[in-house]
Amino acid sequence: MTPLQKPEFILLLEKVNKSFEGFKAISDLTFYMDAGELRVIIGPNGAGKSSMLDLITGRTKPDSGKIEFGKDTDLTRLNEPEINQLGIGRKFQTPSVYVDHTVFENVWLALEGSRSVWATLFSRVTPARRERIYEVLKIVALDGKADDKAGSLSHGQKQWLEIGMLLAQNPKLLLVDEPAAGMTDEETHKTGELLLSLEGKHSIVVIEHDMAFVRQIARKVTVLHQGSVLCEGTVDDVQNNERVKEVYLGRKKKN
Amino acid sequence: MQRKAVNFELWGVVIATFILLVVLPGLNAFTPEGSVLHVSNFAINLYGKYLCYGIVAISVDLLWGYTGLLCLGQCLFFALGGYMMGMYLMRMIGDLGQYHQPIPDFLVFLGWSKLPWFWRPFSNFPFAAMMVTLLPGVVALVFGFLAFRSRIRGVYFSILTQALTYAGSLLFFRNDLLMGGNNGFTDFKFLCGFDLRQPATQRGLYICTVLLLLGTYLLCKWLTATKFGKVQRAIRDSENRVLFSGYATAHFKLFVFVLAAIIAGLAGALYVPQVGIINPSEMTPDKSLEAVVWVAVGGRGTLVGPVIGAVAVNAMKSWATRAYPDLWLLFLGMTFILVTLFMPKGIVGLPKQIMALKKKFLSPKAVSSENVEPVPAPEIEKMPEPSNDTAAKT
Repeated sequence: MTPLQKPEFILLLEKVNKSFEGFKAISDLTFYMDAGELRVIIGPNGAGKSSMLDLITGRTKPDSGKIEFGKDTDLTRLNEPEINQLGIGRKFQTPSVYVDHTVFENVWLALEGSRSVWATLFSRVTPARRERIYEVLKIVALDGKADDKAGSLSHGQKQWLEIGMLLAQNPKLLLVDEPAAGMTDEETHKTGELLLSLEGKHSIVVIEHDMAFVRQIARKVTVLHQGSVLCEGTVDDVQNNERVKEVYLGRKKKN
Repeated sequence: MQRKAVNFELWGVVIATFILLVVLPGLNAFTPEGSVLHVSNFAINLYGKYLCYGIVAISVDLLWGYTGLLCLGQCLFFALGGYMMGMYLMRMIGDLGQYHQPIPDFLVFLGWSKLPWFWRPFSNFPFAAMMVTLLPGVVALVFGFLAFRSRIRGVYFSILTQALTYAGSLLFFRNDLLMGGNNGFTDFKFLCGFDLRQPATQRGLYICTVLLLLGTYLLCKWLTATKFGKVQRAIRDSENRVLFSGYATAHFKLFVFVLAAIIAGLAGALYVPQVGIINPSEMTPDKSLEAVVWVAVGGRGTLVGPVIGAVAVNAMKSWATRAYPDLWLLFLGMTFILVTLFMPKGIVGLPKQIMALKKKFLSPKAVSSENVEPVPAPEIEKMPEPSNDTAAKT
């Protein structure tokens, strides 16, 4: 936390507070993340995981505290599209794809490029763009389904498509909310491999419940509880932490 | 499959345009009255009115079907366009009114002897034509800017648009707005020097309406095929995803909202000289609700559907209000409920729906004949038969 270290952080939250009608969703949350890191955030329901993503992506504004991206970009003053255009992509908990568009078009809409009304009126799919779209589709194993409607995909494929849409933007920071929810074990494992393959190229925050999945991908785990960080460390550190057992693992139905 | 459907639509539009633009006006102009082929002046006038509604319906669908914005006040923009044209038409009456004054009769009645300032430029047709697009556009811009910036969505947006058109009708009902109050504008005589009571003038207006409808269709066809159109539908299906993909959805919605308002305004401007009257009842919320029903009946999310719906529902209205005047609203409500329940894709989606039903009714039989009968039957009955057949053949 010395001034020298600061430029290294891709994401910085300091003493952030947010309450919703009296309920303190986030309280004095302080969180740092290095560029290129893959970080997993766990915590019981209501711990403030999704609220934290809402604050980072501009969906809600903090009551107090500092949220910065990269070198001193204050995120609290920007709205969702502006924050997105800085290079922060967010995947929602429930798959959000455009069901009426083809898989190809879904990625096309997410592709880097101008987002103005005027630009979209005269934008064309150039060969370079087409190539880039197929490149992304290959990463998420959907290149065979490019012309299918996104609505016809399975739940797992929709999750991947949404991750693909994030990748198409080439974001610096990826925020992924429960990517394995509702997936089969095999799909979950594949998702884990996909996220691991992105490590280093992008900084990634993953929120997850599935401990097997966390074990697969996690280097460093942050445990949230009642809106602030309970502890941080490797999966083993965290699982052996008495307070974590108390508030989270003990209470969860881990048989 | 899809390419086939597109061609089908293309041919449908070409044929419909030919009939509407050439055949009907031709039969009206060049066949003698009383001939079997003759299309009456009344009919041309009526079709012109229907097609104006068709244009409004496209504008409603551009918002509702394509962007997910259910606007329940689209007829406000229609009426505003109509009023702007109406002001010009009122000026063109000159001193041929009841009071033989150089200002419109209702102003004389209200005690005015000079023209109010804002009426003055309306003797100029280009100015009036500009106002036809400008006023609805600006009202939509201001309202849309406030609504979309405040992230007003879904049913709240619908209610607000309904309130807006209601407020508009209350405003125009007032005499001191100097816009004709309750009675609105009527008794028009001339448009750009043409006598509105002449069949040829009405035919010309009808042809203009067909051209505007065609232009609107082509514009929307192009728009919905661009990346903009994809963003539009993406907003409809998952606005948060679009927002978090870096698109300022408010700008996109505002653009569509203003465009739809301008389209509706133009339709209103052509509607008024053909119908011969404009009054605040055109702004009441029920008119806009009717427009939504047209779109639902014809087929939401298509460009042909709303036009078909507008013509079909209004043809039904013309018949029902004559045959069963008291029951019309019941008919309309029933139609909406039935369409919503049983024809979610409207008239345009009907062929596909019937095909799906056919499959559904055909396949259970196929399934049952394979699964239920064959198990006991074949060994007893079918086994000997083939052998008989082959024996007979050989």
